[in-house]
Amino acid sequence: MAQSPRSPTSQAPYLTVSVTDPAKMGNGVQAYISYKVITKTNFPEYQGPEKIVIRRYSDFVWLRDRLFEKYKGIFIPPLPEKSTVEKFRFSAEFIEMRRQALDVFVNRVASHHELQQSEDLRTFLLEDEQTMERERSQETGIFKKKPADFMQIFKDVQSKVSDVVLGKEKPVEESNPEYEKQKNYIFQLEDHLAEAQKHAYRLVKRHRELGQSLSDFGKAVKLLGTCEGNSLGKAFSELGAKSEMLSIKLQREAHHLLMSFEEPLKDYVRAVQSIKATIAERAIAFRNHCELAETIKFKEIDLNKLRLTRSEKLADAEREYEQLKADGKESKRKFETIVKLMNQEIARFQEQKTIDMGVAFHEFAKGQANLAKSIAEAWRSLLPKLEACSFFVQNPDA
Amino acid sequence: MMGYENQGYEEAHLYASKEEMASLVLNEDPSPPSNGSKSFTHDPFSSSPQFVEIPTEDTDPLQSPSPNQVLPSHSSINSILEPPSYADAIFQSFDSDYVDSAEVVSQDQSLSALPSFSSDYIKICVSDPQKEQEQSGSLVPGGSYYFTYLITTFTNLPEFSGAEFNVRRRFRDVVTLSDRISESYRGYFIPIRPDKSVVESQVMQQNEFVEQRRIALEKYLGRLAVHPVLKRSEELRVFLTVSGKMPLARTTDVASRMLDGAVRLPKQLFGGESVVGGAAEVSEVVQPAKGGMDLLRIFRELKQSVVNDWGATKPPVIEEDKEFLEKKEKLQDLEQQISNVSQQAESLVKNHHDMGETMGQLGLAFVKLTKFESEEAIYDSQRARAADMKNVATAAVKASRLYRELNAQTVKHLEKLHEYLGVMLAVNNAFSDRTSALLTVQTLISELSSLNSRIEKLEAASSKIFGGDRSRIRKIEELRETVRVTEEAKNCAVREYERIKENNKNELERLDKERHDDFLIMLKGFVVNQAGYAEKMANTWETVAEETSGYAK
Repeated sequence: MAQSPRSPTSQAPYLTVSVTDPAKMGNGVQAYISYKVITKTNFPEYQGPEKIVIRRYSDFVWLRDRLFEKYKGIFIPPLPEKSTVEKFRFSAEFIEMRRQALDVFVNRVASHHELQQSEDLRTFLLEDEQTMERERSQETGIFKKKPADFMQIFKDVQSKVSDVVLGKEKPVEESNPEYEKQKNYIFQLEDHLAEAQKHAYRLVKRHRELGQSLSDFGKAVKLLGTCEGNSLGKAFSELGAKSEMLSIKLQREAHHLLMSFEEPLKDYVRAVQSIKATIAERAIAFRNHCELAETIKFKEIDLNKLRLTRSEKLADAEREYEQLKADGKESKRKFETIVKLMNQEIARFQEQKTIDMGVAFHEFAKGQANLAKSIAEAWRSLLPKLEACSFFVQNPDA
Repeated sequence: MMGYENQGYEEAHLYASKEEMASLVLNEDPSPPSNGSKSFTHDPFSSSPQFVEIPTEDTDPLQSPSPNQVLPSHSSINSILEPPSYADAIFQSFDSDYVDSAEVVSQDQSLSALPSFSSDYIKICVSDPQKEQEQSGSLVPGGSYYFTYLITTFTNLPEFSGAEFNVRRRFRDVVTLSDRISESYRGYFIPIRPDKSVVESQVMQQNEFVEQRRIALEKYLGRLAVHPVLKRSEELRVFLTVSGKMPLARTTDVASRMLDGAVRLPKQLFGGESVVGGAAEVSEVVQPAKGGMDLLRIFRELKQSVVNDWGATKPPVIEEDKEFLEKKEKLQDLEQQISNVSQQAESLVKNHHDMGETMGQLGLAFVKLTKFESEEAIYDSQRARAADMKNVATAAVKASRLYRELNAQTVKHLEKLHEYLGVMLAVNNAFSDRTSALLTVQTLISELSSLNSRIEKLEAASSKIFGGDRSRIRKIEELRETVRVTEEAKNCAVREYERIKENNKNELERLDKERHDDFLIMLKGFVVNQAGYAEKMANTWETVAEETSGYAK
């Protein structure tokens, strides 16, 4: 079992990865960003303490898709979104956010006691770029579910939720009240989190806007200062300078807020969406299992009929029946595995999220506190100069 | 005096004199400034003003600790301690430092000013709007209506021969007052009257519009009452004290108005006194001056020639006073900068507002999340998370409230900038007066020179005829008479011009001093306000940072 992922201890097994050095490759429409992926490990399968490979975003997507297929029931860590807006694809901020998210992703995989054993993970971390590209292109539609399929599954799951509420029953879905409650929870949680994340993102924007405003204000005040002249003019100039200085602090805090508060919230939303995908997988597994059970029942009836009529088809039918029984067992096993894994995963998920959010809240609060302190200091520092300016009007009867 | 001495020591510095402070209009709600220029976002604390009992003349508020009278807390004047609910320990500990030093200064001033402070004041209140039917003669059948306002004046100025006056005036009367003062007090920085706001009156709700106008009128009259020269004007006195129909006639002599001050000349010629210095008869003041027919005819003709030239260009005014030109340019620059800062300040306020709003929404989102997690909690980790979220939500909502309050204060402080934009308009007008007066002088000079050359020509022509040319000689006599009168008019115009120059100069000095002090107070207020609220926010977030410090890496 890997320990704290970032601090490898002496002989205990560890596997840590870092995603660094984003670099723009290619030109024009074909251009993309590549990342250096550095693996440090003492896992025997990895044949060496350190390995560096070059990967791009679609390689990460490949890895995640494979993991999702092979480890049903486990909440696969989420990936950052594909960028739909061309303009931002190469902006420094976007690249940094993506790099951070990819780093978090691969480390979460590496520190999950089951996922870290994955062969696909080894391929991802060790193989050279050509091999990686070949693997990626072999990924045909077989494993990949189209987004439309997911939507349908989600709709089914959601409608089951509302059906239960309305008192309807659909035969091909689980009727497990605890599980229903969990599903409900997950769906509502996503809505709540999405709203919080939306406002967090807006807050980042507000910081930037206020920063710009302070900068403009500072400039205007400085100009007024040069107009006024004398000690008051100097006071204006200093006020303008402080305002410009605070503008910089605000821009910095905007960035800090984005990376340390808004991103974790977004990550939380992604994680919940990943759980929804697992819920869908469970529904599929359940349906398969039920359908097979049905098929087996019908086959039994057929078989008995054939036995009675001593048909020559009996032997084949018996063989088919055995096959079906084996399939049935397998589908049951698959379903039950998913159920067991999900129960473990949800407990782990809740724990992890409390920690993740705790850190994010701490960063948020710290950032706001420091910013506010800087602002207060900056303004207070002007008071002595202002005090030093004396008032003109001593004799009221001017 | 007014019981606000314990509310904002810097008020002592806001105006040039204690008497002006005394005649301050209370209830400086940050409503739109009366000159109709851009205004800040609507202040949540604005309300209809109350007016305060004026105590007897011998009490000096800066000396005797008379209790606050009547004033509800939110309508008190710019106070850095506002709002009272936020007089937290933190805030006060800083402000008491600041306030102490300000107090010392104000006491110095009050001591030196003691005798004059209690010697005179004017306070003007505008209230009780009433709808009244337009009299016959209105074009609209069924009658249109208008609003009148009750104008209450408290004063101890000797010219007023009374302590309290109540009159009803309509907005049109105020326009008249403003026009008349502009005619009589050329060269002074005369406060700009409220806009006619024709569009707004159609578009706004009536009661809102009337209230906005009432506030604007009160501010305007208050500014007049605070001006060291204008407060003593006949026009103002008559406006404030004479009941019944508005006693000031609108200046009907449009032509003379265009000649800018020519109307006054006959009076000055015959009266021999500058209008401002003398205690003019009410009857004289209320009527546009009627001068000698000859003079007026000359002036009308002059005006005509000036107006006729308008198609091309106005005859150039040769302003040779370099110092004046420099000063004018500097003031234009200043106006530009004040306008810029005012715009940026407005933008700053808006951004703080947005920040506060978003922070509040974020807080609410977390409140909902907290509730959700608490209700649905199966695992302890969920409960812990709900507790953390609650702390963050509380802090965010509090911060949001702080931003809102910060802004309400900021708007009040920075409103000074707006006021000074209005003052710059007044300055422009005063400079225009000067330019017009100079134009009058130069026009008269050139008229004189053309008259003289005509005389010369006629004399030359006449001398060629033996025995003289009777018609020409007659003409020459007429012309000579015209020259004499024009000469006197020119001398008058020169005196007027010099007078206006002097007014400009004095007002500029006054402006510089007052602006310096006003801006100083504004800066202090702004800075203290920003710092104070930032400190409160810092404390709020520090708490949360501590509560979540267990998660720190």
